[in-house]
Amino acid sequence: MSISARIRHDFGGFHIEANFAVGTPGIAALFGPSGSGKTSIVNAIAGLLRPSQGSIVIGGETVLDTEAHIFVPPRLRRIGYVFQDARLFPHMSVENNLRFGWRRAPIRAQEAEFERIVSLLGLEALLARRPAKLSGGEKSRVALGRALLSSPRALLLDEPLAALDAARKAEIFPYLERLRDEAKLPMLYVSHSLDEVARLADEVIVLKEGRVVAQAPVFDMLADLDLSAHTGTPSFGAVIDTRVFAHRSADGLSILAFDGGQLTVPLLDRAAGQRLRVRIRAEDVMLAAEEPRTISANNVLLCSVTAIRETGATHADVQLLCGQARFVSRITRASARRLGLKPAMPVFAIAKSVIVDPQAQPVAD
Amino acid sequence: MLSPAELEALLLSLRISAVAVLCALPIAIALAALLAHRRFPGKAIVDGALHLPMVLPPVVVGYLLLITLGTRAPAGAWLLQHLGIRFAFSWTGAALAAGIITFPFQFRAIRLSIEAIDSGIGDAARTLGAGSFDRFVNLTLPLALPGIIAGAITAFAACLGEFGAIITFVSNIPGETRTLPLAIYSALQSPGGEAEAARLSLLSIALALIGVTLAEFADRRVRVFAGR
Repeated sequence: MSISARIRHDFGGFHIEANFAVGTPGIAALFGPSGSGKTSIVNAIAGLLRPSQGSIVIGGETVLDTEAHIFVPPRLRRIGYVFQDARLFPHMSVENNLRFGWRRAPIRAQEAEFERIVSLLGLEALLARRPAKLSGGEKSRVALGRALLSSPRALLLDEPLAALDAARKAEIFPYLERLRDEAKLPMLYVSHSLDEVARLADEVIVLKEGRVVAQAPVFDMLADLDLSAHTGTPSFGAVIDTRVFAHRSADGLSILAFDGGQLTVPLLDRAAGQRLRVRIRAEDVMLAAEEPRTISANNVLLCSVTAIRETGATHADVQLLCGQARFVSRITRASARRLGLKPAMPVFAIAKSVIVDPQAQPVAD
Repeated sequence: MLSPAELEALLLSLRISAVAVLCALPIAIALAALLAHRRFPGKAIVDGALHLPMVLPPVVVGYLLLITLGTRAPAGAWLLQHLGIRFAFSWTGAALAAGIITFPFQFRAIRLSIEAIDSGIGDAARTLGAGSFDRFVNLTLPLALPGIIAGAITAFAACLGEFGAIITFVSNIPGETRTLPLAIYSALQSPGGEAEAARLSLLSIALALIGVTLAEFADRRVRVFAGR
């Protein structure tokens, strides 16, 4: 199942011209600042917005082609849409909300699938409640379940976390991660938060003023100096896909392995072999030309420099390759000169801090 | 307590009002949904015309009915001849007049409650596979229910009090078109009828109070149902 979109639309003054395609199951983030046209694009894919020009193909079916005068109405598109404000039906119980799309699906999912989604999202205890009696996080989970149960061919998530406070976000993240890891369908995840994108997305589509300016896998995107210019630099860094390798409970540490080496993090409640995504901010990576033997930091990785870019008046961003993993280190220009950094040069990267999201615990089955 | 003639006037009033409200209700719902959601040329004029009975003198409405549906008017004659329906000087004519006069009460209340429904909910339903009739039945109607019930009860109470349009169109015939207000008027016209007029007026006040209380009660119950 894939989505490919070519959309042109004018909103008196604001112009959208976006071309992109996502092919694989997993989460593709539509990333950009507010007003970059993200919501309009997902609305066009859902059929809630009719672009003045363009074509949209979902799983081989053309749902929009302005030249051929094809417009498939939203109710026939089989696209699950999770709105920012949940949009639950206030007069129906949670169960009837969940079954709304399920009952109307051309191929209705099995009752077992209903129960699976309910337990995946932890909704068992909420089924009889009315939406007015739910917390923000619970509403988001119900909206997610309602969309998933409509047997969609693709899922659109329009900033599903934006209306939630940090604690509620933390409540939803594990469900979304689990959804991504078990995904059988492509998901377009609209966000203006780099944190969310780094944590959830497999692929990033960067939007700026209604245009797609970049599209790349998340692991490359965040460590790519050219692309990071589009993402707004303050919090860019590296996203690394690791596996839990071993635990050293006596020291209170866990070892994570990735193809460029190992990372040491505070003890995690995760079984060995589990996948875990970690982030390392550019500001948290120091560089050394020689192997630092007497240093308190646990995470010292041998890397090679792939690119150097000066940023602002003082700093330089250094892109590093460690195995297949890419990092960025933000150091001062003076330091870069002192170390004599140049492409292909081997350096030791010292990660002062590895971000393992505290909520990234396994979701209870 | 009440004399047979007074009781007759009370029952007639209730019947005329019930028929008027129930017949006008589906039309009010359909037009309210149409005007709340659709855009079409001349919408403002249609909207204005639907509110007209509220601002026109009821006597004018009665007069217009008389010249269109009276037995000697073409439309009235046709209805009588081909369908056997007679409005003139009949209680059905009184119901028609009351229904028209109180139509804007229902229409306005229903339209406002439909417009108050978040359009995003309809969009969500569309992405979940619901067509327009499906959305109307399963979202619009239940969510507008507070407005529908409040509008119907208000219109019913207003029907009980309708005077000008009824007396102009269908006259003041005991047992046929003499509703409570007409009975009060007749009592005042006859010598020694003050006591009867007072009793019937008290009855009207009691009915109005019951109506208002019911509307309030139903509104609260239904809001709980609609999850607001």
